[in-house]
Parts: sequence; C-alpha cells; structure tokens
Amino acid sequence: MIATVIARGTILELCYLFAGITFILALKGLSNPKRARNGNFLAMLGMAVAITATFFQPHLHHIVLIVIAMAIGSVIGIPTSRFVKMTAMPQLVAIFNGVGGGAAALVSITEFISHNPKEQATYVVLEVLLGVLIGTISFSGSAIAFIKLQELITGRPITYPGQKVVNAILALVAIALIVAVLITSSTALLWILLAVSFVIGMAVVLPIGGADVPVLISLLNALTGLAVAASGFTLGNNVLIIAGTLVGASGLLLTLMMCKAMGRSLANIMFSAFGSAVASSGASGVERPVRSASAEDIGVILSYASKVAIIPGYGLAVAQAQHAIRELADELEAKGIEVFYAIHPVAGRMPGHMNVLLAEANVPYEKLLEMDEANPQLSQCDVALVVGANDTVNPAAREAGSPISGMPIINADEAGSVIFLKRSMRPGFAGIDNELLYNEKTTLLFGDAKESLTKLVASVHAS
Amino acid sequence: MGNPLLVYLTVFILSIFVGIEVISKVPSILHTPLMSGSNAIHGVIIVGSMIVLGNATTTAETILGFVAVLLATLNVVGGFTVTDRMLGMFKTKPGDRQKQEVGK
Repeated sequence: MIATVIARGTILELCYLFAGITFILALKGLSNPKRARNGNFLAMLGMAVAITATFFQPHLHHIVLIVIAMAIGSVIGIPTSRFVKMTAMPQLVAIFNGVGGGAAALVSITEFISHNPKEQATYVVLEVLLGVLIGTISFSGSAIAFIKLQELITGRPITYPGQKVVNAILALVAIALIVAVLITSSTALLWILLAVSFVIGMAVVLPIGGADVPVLISLLNALTGLAVAASGFTLGNNVLIIAGTLVGASGLLLTLMMCKAMGRSLANIMFSAFGSAVASSGASGVERPVRSASAEDIGVILSYASKVAIIPGYGLAVAQAQHAIRELADELEAKGIEVFYAIHPVAGRMPGHMNVLLAEANVPYEKLLEMDEANPQLSQCDVALVVGANDTVNPAAREAGSPISGMPIINADEAGSVIFLKRSMRPGFAGIDNELLYNEKTTLLFGDAKESLTKLVASVHAS
Repeated sequence: MGNPLLVYLTVFILSIFVGIEVISKVPSILHTPLMSGSNAIHGVIIVGSMIVLGNATTTAETILGFVAVLLATLNVVGGFTVTDRMLGMFKTKPGDRQKQEVGK
C-alpha cells in the first residue's frame, strides 16, 4: 500500500518536472518568431499534463467542485479571449495576469488558515505572507491597469498632494504587519495585510500614465510569477516554484528591456508621474503657427513621392486604423511608390503591439522595420507619414534636459517632408512639445486617424 | 539535502538564472507575445489552487479554494488563447492570408 503511494508520488513529481521543462522550452520558443507558436503549444501541453497529474494527487477531495470551477473559468475565459478586439489585447493581458495573482494570494491565505500557524516554521509563514502581499498587489494593480486601458478612468496619471508620503506609509504598514503576523501568528492581522496589499496595488498604479502602463503590466506579470513561486514554497510544489520563478525572472528582464527602449529607468516610470508634472510647461508656450493642409493636398504630396515611411503610434491603435493604413499603403504601392513601416520599440500600447495590430491588417511581415533598420533609410524617404505618434519622433530626445532625453527615436525629421496625422495639438504622453510639428517641412492633418486615413486613400486614389 | 527549504531554494535560484538566460535575446516585436505567454505560464497556480481546494476541510477553505481554481483557470485559458491569437497573426504568409478576425 505504502509502495503504491510512493510510486504515485514519484510519477506525479515526474509529470511536474516534465511540465517545468516544457515551460522553459516554451519561453525559449517564444523568443524566436518562427518557433513562437510551437512554444506556446508546448506550454499548453505541459499545463495539461500538470493539471491532469494533479487530479491524481493522493487524498484529493472536492473533485466535482474543482471541475465546476474549471468549467466556469473556461466558459468565461475562452470566448472573452477569442472575440475581444486586437486593440484591447493589453487590457486582456492585464486582467488575466491579475486573476493569476489573485489565485496565488488565495492559495497562500487558504494554506495559512488551514494549518495552525503557531505549529509552522517561521519561514513557511513568511512565504505565505509574501504570497499574499505580492499576489494581492498584482491583482489590484492589474485591475486598475485594466480600468485605465479600457478608459473607464482617465489614462493620465492620477496624483494628489502627499502621494509619495502616503505610499511610503502604506509600504511601512505592510512591513510592520508582516513582522507582527510572524510574531503573533494572528489570522486577523493577515486579513488586514490583505486589505493593505490591495490598497498598495491601487496606489502604485494610479499615478502611472497610460503610455507607461505596458511596462507596468510587464512588471505585474513578473510579480504574479513571484507570488506563484511563493505559493510553491508553501505547498512544497516544484512546478509552481519553477514556473513562477521563470516568469518572475524573465518578466523582470523584459520590463527592464522595455524601460531601456523608452530611455528611462524603472524607478522613473514607477515614481515620477512626470506626464502630469511637465504637461504645464508644454502648454504654457505661446501659440505658434503650424501648417495644416487638407486631405486632398496631402494625397497629392504622397502620390508624387517615390519612397514613403509610415511611422505608426498610439493614436493609430486607439483609432483602430490598422486596416485603413494598410489600404493607404496598398494605394501608394499600386502607384509604384515604395512603402515601409518604421516601428518604434514602444509604439502602440505595448512593445510589439503595433506589429501585432499591423499583422492583423495583413501588412506583410517584411515591411515592418524595427527602428534600427528603419532609421538609416529615412533620409532617402520623400515623405515620413506619422500616424498618431508623437514622442517617438520628437527630436527633443536628442538634446539634454528634456524628460525624454536619451530615448531612441525614429528620425522622421530626416525625410524630405513630414506629414503628421494628429487628433489635436495636445502633446504626447511625455507631456512635452514636439519641435518637429513646427518645422517648415512639416504638414499636419488634424482629425481621427482612421477618418483621416480613409480620406487620404480616396484622394491618393483620385490623384 | 534533507531540509526541504534548501531543495526549494536550489530550484528557485536555478530557475532565476534559466529565466534570465532563455529570454536574453528577444526581438522587440515578440515582447508582447512573450509577456502574454509567460502570463499563461504563471497560470500553473491552478495546480496549487486544485491542491488547496482538494484538501479543504472547512467551508471557508472550500470557498477560497473554489474561487482560486476559477481565477487560475481564467488565467490559463485566457493566457494561452490570447497568446495563440497574437502569434497566429505573424504566422500566415502574405499571399494566402485570410481575414480571420472580425474587427468591428
């Protein structure tokens, strides 16, 4: 009897090991465009094996409840993720990340109340507390990120006087609570810690501007991974530790890569809320003349170009103009004009988000040039067509003393002429004025990106 | 390695290095799918949630465990589906693409 239990335990562990290996290979696959999809399938396989194996855990009760919970989760999750628009992808990633963090926190809490904490080693209690703290922060932080991206509240940073002091106090309270629970093993204090963690998650995310939310989601993703790893320590489960730590480590690295692409430090993004602070300096400037033109005029400029660089940005994603821009490119190519897309690493709402959107609109993969490939070609372009981008083409990044100093930009100003499709003169998320808008070779077309592009398609077709 | 904490700590530390190593060279176009994919992978908390619900003895534990399994399932199915959808868009060749998404 004992022998069979041990054998079963061994097989279980091997299944979990298999799952852990598939997760590593999946991440490896996801780093390569050709193997990415296989990588994802591999992770699915590993997950299926891990879940199936768990059903064979000795002394597992409530199997019906487990199946019901899974069924409900699938019925909600699959249609949601299948049918939500591509532009809403970042929100979805945020919310699916948040629920993972919530699950990790719940697992830790349940472990805490199901055992008498006084009988447990201090380190086990500490793992539980970290799981609750990190998991809950990830949950509430992702919820706020979702609400911001869904534009249920403003995407602008939300700040109030003394915010940093309040956040610092919250952090200190959390630490004090952890110490108190370690000493007293009080369940009541654990619930207070849960509430404080929830508030911390919200407090940290509120002052972060919409453009920085992607970096934040990546960070929260890494945090959820760590919360899962903490649960793994508590439950003594290797696959949770492996998968959680993998995501924690790689997620943190990915976050830093994104920060680097924006030329900013993680601390700067998390704590400075600079969008709101600097916006006033941009707006205070005297009204300066800009040159704007009609869609017809711009259609003519485009029709007589021989090489056009399209520089898409956040505005294109918001207006869901990815199909319209492809139509315009098709029209131009039909006239024998060479067209390529110059993609800034942080264009759109997430790194790579613009590529996904344009791929959705059937833009050929090889026409999407990353910034480093595109920049040397811009001086040969007759027109740089900037659609809903601003900070990513702002020459102020090359000078010192600007909030975006040092951020790599696309050299739109090197093209023969520059056309901006913009909704208004409002500055981008960095909140600073863009000299390029006032440049003598720049022409502006105001309006919603999608409408403007549709008009351009018509006028290029006619000319 | 009699102390289980040491075993887990070993796995933890090695996983950190593996995590950094496997994604050190990622083209920026794959950042979003990678984030989404790793998002699905931490859905493995479903295993922990199942264990917790399966061992629940009180009503409170059962409710918490049930919610945990539900949330973790959302994380797993949502994470993998979204990632697959993103990657599906890179896969097709320019010539024979069919419009798969109904963008309303």
